[in-house]
Amino acid sequence: MKKLINGIDDVVREQLQGMAAAHPELSVHIDPHYIVRGDAPVAGKVAVISGGGSGHEPMHGGFVGVGMLDGACPGEVFTSPTPDQMYECGMAANSGAGVLFLVKNYTGDVMNFEMAAEMLAAEGVPVQSILIDDDVAVKDSLYTAGRRGVGTTVIIEKIVGAAAEAGYNLDQCADLARKVNSYGRSMGMALTSCIVPAAGKPTFDLGDDEIEIGIGIHGEPGQKRMPMTSADAITEMMALEIIEDDAYTRTVREWDTENGIWVELELTDEPLAAGDSVIAFVNSMGGTPVSELYAVYRKLAAVCEDKGITIARNLIGPYITSLEMQGFSITLVKVDDEILKFWDAPVNTPGLRWGA
Amino acid sequence: MLSVLTLSQNLMTVTKAEILKWITLSADVMQENKQYLTDLDSPIGDADHGINMARGFKKVLERLPTVQDKDIGNILKTTGMALISSVGGASGPLYGTFFMRAAAPVMSKEVLTDDDLVAMLDMGLEGVISRGRANLGDKTMVDGWTPALEALRTAFANGADTKTAMQACVAGAEQGMQDTIPMLAKKGRASYLGERSVGHQDPGATSTYFLLNALLEAIS
Repeated sequence: MKKLINGIDDVVREQLQGMAAAHPELSVHIDPHYIVRGDAPVAGKVAVISGGGSGHEPMHGGFVGVGMLDGACPGEVFTSPTPDQMYECGMAANSGAGVLFLVKNYTGDVMNFEMAAEMLAAEGVPVQSILIDDDVAVKDSLYTAGRRGVGTTVIIEKIVGAAAEAGYNLDQCADLARKVNSYGRSMGMALTSCIVPAAGKPTFDLGDDEIEIGIGIHGEPGQKRMPMTSADAITEMMALEIIEDDAYTRTVREWDTENGIWVELELTDEPLAAGDSVIAFVNSMGGTPVSELYAVYRKLAAVCEDKGITIARNLIGPYITSLEMQGFSITLVKVDDEILKFWDAPVNTPGLRWGA
Repeated sequence: MLSVLTLSQNLMTVTKAEILKWITLSADVMQENKQYLTDLDSPIGDADHGINMARGFKKVLERLPTVQDKDIGNILKTTGMALISSVGGASGPLYGTFFMRAAAPVMSKEVLTDDDLVAMLDMGLEGVISRGRANLGDKTMVDGWTPALEALRTAFANGADTKTAMQACVAGAEQGMQDTIPMLAKKGRASYLGERSVGHQDPGATSTYFLLNALLEAIS
């Protein structure tokens, strides 16, 4: 294993220390690990907080700043952060307008954020928690932990962050997050595995002529393995899986702020249809160069056009990564005027910046 | 009066020193099997279970001196809180909740009867189930805990002493752990593999076996 690290146990802490040195506008806490805007808590503003395992940078810490996240909680590499991190981050970012947790649907993340939401609620902090589950590679929720949270996470953090900045209250932010999630669909693939520093070897073996389709973002194996083929063929296959994906229904748990209990909601995402406008997001898993992402985008744009789908905005680059894994993901998020307005709003973070 | 006292003394079977030893032995076994548990987690998870459990129990050992003069309930509660704040992933909330719930029926106790031991483990498992919402057969640690605790209750019902009952409990955990191999995972990251999860032993059911075996060693 060749990695730019000093000690295996220091990877996350040293990354945070580097972020603190590079971004004095952020407030980086080491014990426990969390990042908040330097001006947190922002008076009257809902605190939008996310978190997850490290190794996906720039997500989430790189999205803390004006117009996006108020706080981020990085766990160990590919391991959910712990409730005390989320609690401390929530307390530091809460202005009184409440805390919105954006939680990617992974068993560990869900359980840790649930405990943190209970802890914040016990302190009288208004809290809501929205699950992000957009990975169409997972077909059902009955026999699995449900669709994973992948590329749509970046889009939701941008849009809901802008809405919070514009003065949306906690309920409005939660409703918008739930809507964008229901409009978002993603799929990823890997050309290579990746190496978790503490494990020291690739998480899965992939032959030189093999690719893994339907991966998540933790180097976990995906839906199926197939022989390597062209960029066009891979892109078309994945784009069609997203565009032709049926309605998806599952039960999610959300925190009932008024009654202080978890309630189960049945939610259905409607499929994309001809005539829809979307944000198209082509993401590198870390090791794939931007040049190849453009080759993917070229084909994606053609498939969308063929299917009557208009690409209103795009995002191309490494934003939600899996360490050094080669591969990419495609995310299509249906948009309306509200979503586009907040997508275009200024954002000023280490990982995403425009209009600011 | 004297006979009642004698009887209750006979039933008092697990001491605070043995509980402390259990926690210490658990930390040892997680450290020794860090690589093994991580290897089990590689094909069907995200290759971190052993790393996370070893880190969590290391934190528990750091906190243990602050509660070794306290009662068993407080020792277990502190163990749970240390795991919750240091493990992360799914195993942090699950094992953390296990110890915190297990603490409830043994609060302020310095020594446990067989009934206390069963209540402690039962409450812990109930916590795991309510936090993780897994059912029997989903290929999770619940498949280790459930047959283990059934075997423990059956052994006590048949008049076994504590050590014999715990031996049955550990045998149940081991069988449960092995029975996860042919299962199709329905919870956690392994569930995304579908059929490809078949043929692999669940890492959570394995760490559960290690934990119960450490308890058996502690009282032996």
